[in-house]
Amino acid sequence: MLLQGRNITKNFPGALALDAVDFNLLPGEVHALLGENGAGKSTLVKCLTGAYRRDSGAIFLDNQPINPRSTLEAQDLGIGTVYQEVNLLPNLTVAENLFLGRQPRRLGLVSTRRMNAGAREILSGYGLKIDVSRELSSYSIAIQQIIAIARAVDLSGKVLILDEPTASLDATEVQMLFSIIRRLRDDGLGIIFISHFLDQVFEICDALTVLRNGRLVGTSKLADTSRLKLVNMMLGRSLEEEIHKEKDRTASVDPVQLQFKNFGRSGHIKAFDLDIRKREIVGVAGLLGSGRTETAEILFGAIGHDSGEALAEGKPLRLTSPRAAVAQGFAFCPEDRKRDGIVADLSVRENIILALQGQRGWLRALSKSEQTAIADGYIASLDIRTPDCEKPVGQLSGGNQQKVILARWLATNPRFLILDEPTRGIDVGAHAEIIRFIEALCDEGMSLLVISSELEELVDYSQRVIVLRDRAHVAELTGDAITTTNIIRAIASDGHEDKVSA
Amino acid sequence: MMNRLHPALRRILPQLITLVVVLGCNVLVFPDFFKIEMSNGRLYGSIIDILNRGAPVALLAIGMTLVIATKGIDLSVGAVMAICGAVAAAAVAGGSDVATAVVLALCAGIVCGLWNGFLVAVLNIQPIVATLILMVAGRGVAQLITEGVILTFTNEGLIFLGSGSLMALPMPFLIWLGFGVMTAIVVRKTALGLLIEAVGINLRASTLSGVRGNVLIVAVYAISGLCAATAGIIVAADIKGADANNAGLWLELDAILAVVIGGTSLLGGRFTLAGSLIGAMIIQSINTGILLSGFPPEFNLIIKAFIILVILIIQSPIVQSVLFAMRMPPDLSNDDAEPVEGGSARDRDASAQKEGMAP
Repeated sequence: MLLQGRNITKNFPGALALDAVDFNLLPGEVHALLGENGAGKSTLVKCLTGAYRRDSGAIFLDNQPINPRSTLEAQDLGIGTVYQEVNLLPNLTVAENLFLGRQPRRLGLVSTRRMNAGAREILSGYGLKIDVSRELSSYSIAIQQIIAIARAVDLSGKVLILDEPTASLDATEVQMLFSIIRRLRDDGLGIIFISHFLDQVFEICDALTVLRNGRLVGTSKLADTSRLKLVNMMLGRSLEEEIHKEKDRTASVDPVQLQFKNFGRSGHIKAFDLDIRKREIVGVAGLLGSGRTETAEILFGAIGHDSGEALAEGKPLRLTSPRAAVAQGFAFCPEDRKRDGIVADLSVRENIILALQGQRGWLRALSKSEQTAIADGYIASLDIRTPDCEKPVGQLSGGNQQKVILARWLATNPRFLILDEPTRGIDVGAHAEIIRFIEALCDEGMSLLVISSELEELVDYSQRVIVLRDRAHVAELTGDAITTTNIIRAIASDGHEDKVSA
Repeated sequence: MMNRLHPALRRILPQLITLVVVLGCNVLVFPDFFKIEMSNGRLYGSIIDILNRGAPVALLAIGMTLVIATKGIDLSVGAVMAICGAVAAAAVAGGSDVATAVVLALCAGIVCGLWNGFLVAVLNIQPIVATLILMVAGRGVAQLITEGVILTFTNEGLIFLGSGSLMALPMPFLIWLGFGVMTAIVVRKTALGLLIEAVGINLRASTLSGVRGNVLIVAVYAISGLCAATAGIIVAADIKGADANNAGLWLELDAILAVVIGGTSLLGGRFTLAGSLIGAMIIQSINTGILLSGFPPEFNLIIKAFIILVILIIQSPIVQSVLFAMRMPPDLSNDDAEPVEGGSARDRDASAQKEGMAP
């Protein structure tokens, strides 16, 4: 065993980020660390490299207990990390980057000649013949990535952690990187590979560990793992259990309210067709990075579309900005509440009336009493837990912040509500309430598009489910075909079937 | 006791106390400080002088408050004063009447503000850099208008704006007070104030809520330009000439200081115009007090800096929390830190930098 973590637990105020997680890395192994956002991958890596202090548990390197208190210490022990955004200095030369902090000296001065020679020697081991005296930034991200790996391996030499190394590389660059990873593996290094790209995991990795909500879901050899099983592990479902919805599954018979034809933007999301009926909930499923959020943002005008058109009851809609979308009766609760949703220092009241006030324009101000009436109304009807409507929204819990943003949009009386991960990171009670609101809003005649990685939830309330993979809409499930199994099959499938329906 | 005060008043209470203390100190060094006399139908006295002399900084502070509330800063206001003073002087020297000259100068200020707003909101240049451009170039523009000399004028109407009086009060004071009250009414009685605060705290969330964030940002820089133009007219009118090199010199820094002393955070968001105006008066009281005290003039800047340092130390979060802890039992406020996978981008960069780079 090269690197071993036993019972690693890490608590953050309010949440258990890692719950007694075990992790084993063999020498000469590429080990994938997988999980959705918030699963605890980065927290685990940070505990292993000393960037975070673990609350309990033990770490062993070569069967010796270690206790790194900083990433520097971990590096000296032999654990190096390379991040997605290359952590080198772009304005220094390649050689300086490789030798920074340990430049060869001659008579107390840095010997550039010896440093460059050393750099060439290191890089030749990676099949890289480049001018090491040029600035790092003059090379592509892929080359920079390899230089970062070369530096990390040169400094550490036992364990290499790659955090989403391929996120900004193209296909040939990925292959170049993989051949280097294979060579390092054959040299006996243990490599931890974090990626959202399942194809790459299946191509390069020997073993995998899946985390979900801070817990270890499982570790297995890649050879024993099917794609389907892996997606199941990541999304937390087992194939056997299946929930059949007793609820009436008949599709919405109301007229089509919104039509998006060939709607898309290159580089963000492949063009798609989407019809949304009145009184309908359309679910959107897919792994992280599959284009879920991009779908929401393009529908709401947050990123402009470069192809296609939107129609409402046959008439074209202008969706060039969020403001234009709001004017058309659109509403959008974003995934990242803190960054895109709440205005933290403003009160609950001000946050709730913000979209309505924005729609009315600055001249037609809502009076303080009107604002308070609206805010108090939603505090009561959505059961927002706050002492009064003047409390800064940043001081509320996640679930209550989500309800405030929901209230902000309900105040504008929208006809089409887009919810991106409405139940992420909120407690169980608020979770159930939000699902109840979603269903109630649909019953009142609103059209909803709900993005969620909680598949049971999606199956439960959606009349249709769109499945996304690799930034494209790949399947649409309707009627009785909406099951977690079918969704997972569609996500995991390699093939190009376009419709899985009953 | 504090809770019985109106919330708006409670907000600026520290600034009011500071002003009273500074004025009290002035009485110590100059016993006749509060004496006010009436002569030739006009009031005279140190207090009146402070209200009069503080006009440029007070006017600049009004616009600066709104700009800072959007998380911006406007370094160009001093130079814009010089431009607009020059425009007004050139207009009356060229034979225009006073109304035309004032309108031209105000328009010049708005154009300068729109330029700053364009750089910040449309081109996304950092405000401190964007407004630095006009700060440097503005005096050059003013020199071109005055053709390198101090452009003097004798137009009585324009001079009246700088040194005349109405109802026994000096015009500059009436102008800044009127401007301040008007701005406060506009931002607080419409939704402008709320929208500016929302944009300053979280531009992205505000834009996603359908607020025209960029339009608002351009608008506050335009207002700041308008305020600077008004201040520039007053300064030129006061000395009966436009001095491109010295009009409004370094006043942008006094204006920023007035906003900060007034209790508006440079990080944007919640703002108080009344606080900024009191801040401007605090600064002018210090200036006037030093002059009246009879200290040798070479001490002036040091004493001013020292007094401001004391004010800012008292307002600093650390001292405030100590004072707060002394008054109140310890309050265990809820910690709303949530774990985020991978930490914030900044954390991640920092730790990445550390482990990647050190030997």
